[in-house]
Amino acid sequence: MSLLELGNVTAGYGQFTALWDVTLRVDAGEAVAVVGPNGSGKTTLLRVISGLIAPRAGQLVFDGAALAGKPAHEIVAHGIAHVPEGRRIFPVLTVADNLKMGAFLPAARHRFAESLARVFALFPVLAERQKQRAGSLSGGEQQMLAIGRALMSRPKLILLDEPSMGLAPVLVLRLFDLIHRVREEGYTILVVEQNVRQVLKLVDRAYLLEVGRIKMEGRAAELSEQDFVRKAYVGL
Amino acid sequence: MIDPIFLAEAAINGIMLGGILALLALGLNLIFGVIDIVWIAYVDLVMVCMYALYFFVQVYGWPFWLGALGAVAVGAALGVGVHLLIISPILASPPVNQLLATGGLLFFLQSFATFLWTTDHKSVRFSLPSWELGGIFFPATRLIPFALSIVALVGLYVFLTRTYMGTAIRAVSQDREAMALMGASPRRIYLVTSAVGGLMAGLAGALLTFQYSVHPFFGNQFGPLTFMICVLGGLGNMVGAFVASFIMSEIISVAGVVWSTEMGYVIAFVVFIVMMFIRPGGILARRG
Amino acid sequence: MTPGRAAGLALVVLLAAGPVIPLGGMREYVLHVMVQIFVWSFIGGAWALMGRFRLVSLGHGAFLGLGAYTATLLWNHYGLTPWLGGVAAVALTAAVAVIVAYPCSRLQVVGHYFALVTLAVGEVVRLLIIAERNWTGGSLGISLRPAGRDSLLAVQFADKRVFYYAGLVLWLLGLWVWLRVDRSMARSAMEAIGEDETAAASVGIHVTRFKIWITVLSASLTAVGGVAYAQYISYVNPDTLAGIGVSLRIVFAVVLGGMYSLLGPTVGTALTIALAEYLRVVFGLKFIGMAETIYGLLLILSIIFLPSGIYGSLRDLAARLWGAPARAEA
Repeated sequence: MSLLELGNVTAGYGQFTALWDVTLRVDAGEAVAVVGPNGSGKTTLLRVISGLIAPRAGQLVFDGAALAGKPAHEIVAHGIAHVPEGRRIFPVLTVADNLKMGAFLPAARHRFAESLARVFALFPVLAERQKQRAGSLSGGEQQMLAIGRALMSRPKLILLDEPSMGLAPVLVLRLFDLIHRVREEGYTILVVEQNVRQVLKLVDRAYLLEVGRIKMEGRAAELSEQDFVRKAYVGL
Repeated sequence: MIDPIFLAEAAINGIMLGGILALLALGLNLIFGVIDIVWIAYVDLVMVCMYALYFFVQVYGWPFWLGALGAVAVGAALGVGVHLLIISPILASPPVNQLLATGGLLFFLQSFATFLWTTDHKSVRFSLPSWELGGIFFPATRLIPFALSIVALVGLYVFLTRTYMGTAIRAVSQDREAMALMGASPRRIYLVTSAVGGLMAGLAGALLTFQYSVHPFFGNQFGPLTFMICVLGGLGNMVGAFVASFIMSEIISVAGVVWSTEMGYVIAFVVFIVMMFIRPGGILARRG
Repeated sequence: MTPGRAAGLALVVLLAAGPVIPLGGMREYVLHVMVQIFVWSFIGGAWALMGRFRLVSLGHGAFLGLGAYTATLLWNHYGLTPWLGGVAAVALTAAVAVIVAYPCSRLQVVGHYFALVTLAVGEVVRLLIIAERNWTGGSLGISLRPAGRDSLLAVQFADKRVFYYAGLVLWLLGLWVWLRVDRSMARSAMEAIGEDETAAASVGIHVTRFKIWITVLSASLTAVGGVAYAQYISYVNPDTLAGIGVSLRIVFAVVLGGMYSLLGPTVGTALTIALAEYLRVVFGLKFIGMAETIYGLLLILSIIFLPSGIYGSLRDLAARLWGAPARAEA
């Protein structure tokens, strides 16, 4: 049984439908990517999984529990951590406080010291800048903080929304390296990205999302060779 | 010419009044910063807590410290009650509706108090000493509330910066959705915030009884002033509200001695309007 | 002539004939209430000119008070006829409105922030009136100096019917202004501003100018309403004409009736005045404060349960009852 299963999910905002009949799965320990052009619904997909949006139809099953329609804070308690588009760190709080907030859940707070050590081992620069206001960090550092904050909740699944957005190419390479290390620690990852080439090197499987529908699915190794890559780059 | 002793005394009284005004302004700001709604009836909650204290101490004969605790508890309960009954249902309504809802609460509280307790002023009798230093009088009725207000403000600061819930409250005021992704139920945070806001109203009420008598329209005396302080400091900005409280209280105190009490208020408000021209975002920077 | 127009005309004719309809001993009272409704509906409509464009003012008491006191004081102290006093009142109020609106609109003060700024202005006016008690009468208020006889110049009449017709004309004037604003280009511009200021500015709509213009218009009309009220009641008082209480009442009446429609403010005002009168009669002097308590409670409940006001809720109900079959036919 998969860790995460979406079945025929349809969702949108107000009158507008962003996702049509989306079915996908993520198995425990996997790294899966969802790629697609701008406006294809990738961010909406993650927001549905983490509960910021309730789906209009379809099922969402995580670790055996049906979660469709549950509010975000409940879904997060089941073990999903969402690193949102644009990072959304708390700019006025310190780096340390941001990480503290990541461990808000009681279960996470219990093992706070352990989680913090792990995060600092992965991202030493965060340890250096502990007392700094998060808003004063560089883009790359903020991304690391956002990921570190997600790790603090000791999740079973991490959702990453366009982690490379706004970062210089050199930083992007470093970032994917770090994400790879997170993956090695045993976390299951679902990443949404526009940078197809880089992300395919990182994941096991990938889906192509176009205009709200899953158009293609396959193993990352096979997909690198296909028109798929060109299709995703060029879009419609 | 005004005797400089009077001016100095007024200036010092201003500082002491500023402490209590800061409690009011910060309580209101806390709620606005997190929930994004201004409680027009906030100072009327203070009025209710003052009545509570009056009944506890003057009528039932409790010792003051116990009565004060009672008033604080009443305040916290009111905060939670207002949020559950009035604010929760209108969280998604347009601003004008939200303002009217708490405005309606203002009418309700003022008239209900009139109905229950008439418009007679009620005050708690204190027999407390007064000290003199260099020709200036320092009555305990001003010193004690000031000292306690500073203690409370420090306590609030510690709560907001050192505790989990306090930091979470600050985080929610910066990004509500992101905090939900941390597993924090917005509803719970709102309730805690409302309770803390109400608690501060209760404490402010207890401290105000040292110098002021309570009557149903007490809210009209301090309400608009509290709003002005909040806007002057930057709505949602805690540090700004703190600074603005003392600025306003100084103006009122000193101008009140030089001209009349009402003129003191008028000048303070005019200063406020002038400040809106110069820096409409508040005397300090953005929210935070 | 459309059915709507016909109904409107019939209503006006009925109202014009009002004082002639035999009502026995109740007549004076009914006329009194009707004058109140006319004047406060006019004032409510003036507020709605701003409110419908998301400029929520909680300080219209300032304009009301400035208008009423300016005309009254000029008459009492200088014998200036309220016709000219009214002009002075409007000029003063308009100036204040510009002073308040200019920084607010240029510097993007909106929403709750704007409401609090206007609340401050309302309070400043109220406190100023009280502080300058030597010539304003302070919190006790002052009475209009009697002219001694019916006088058009002094706008004082013993017969309520004159005020009734004057009120009717004022009310119709308010409706006319509302329609003109509604139909003008300004209205679409203001709505665009209400929806998205940046977008509106980017297509060249001069945001600042429109906001100031509508604020001045609203304030001026409110001042006129204040003068009218003062002339009718012959007494002004800072708490009934300035300050947060009266400002909230105006807003409540308009929101209850429906902020976006021509007759919304009138319906809301009529309802709230009728309600206040009813409560006053029921409770009278027996339980002081109980009438207001219930008023406040109803205000809260109606905001929670009738968020689009009575007009909006009736319209939704009508759409559900009659809209559905029509669609099925088509």
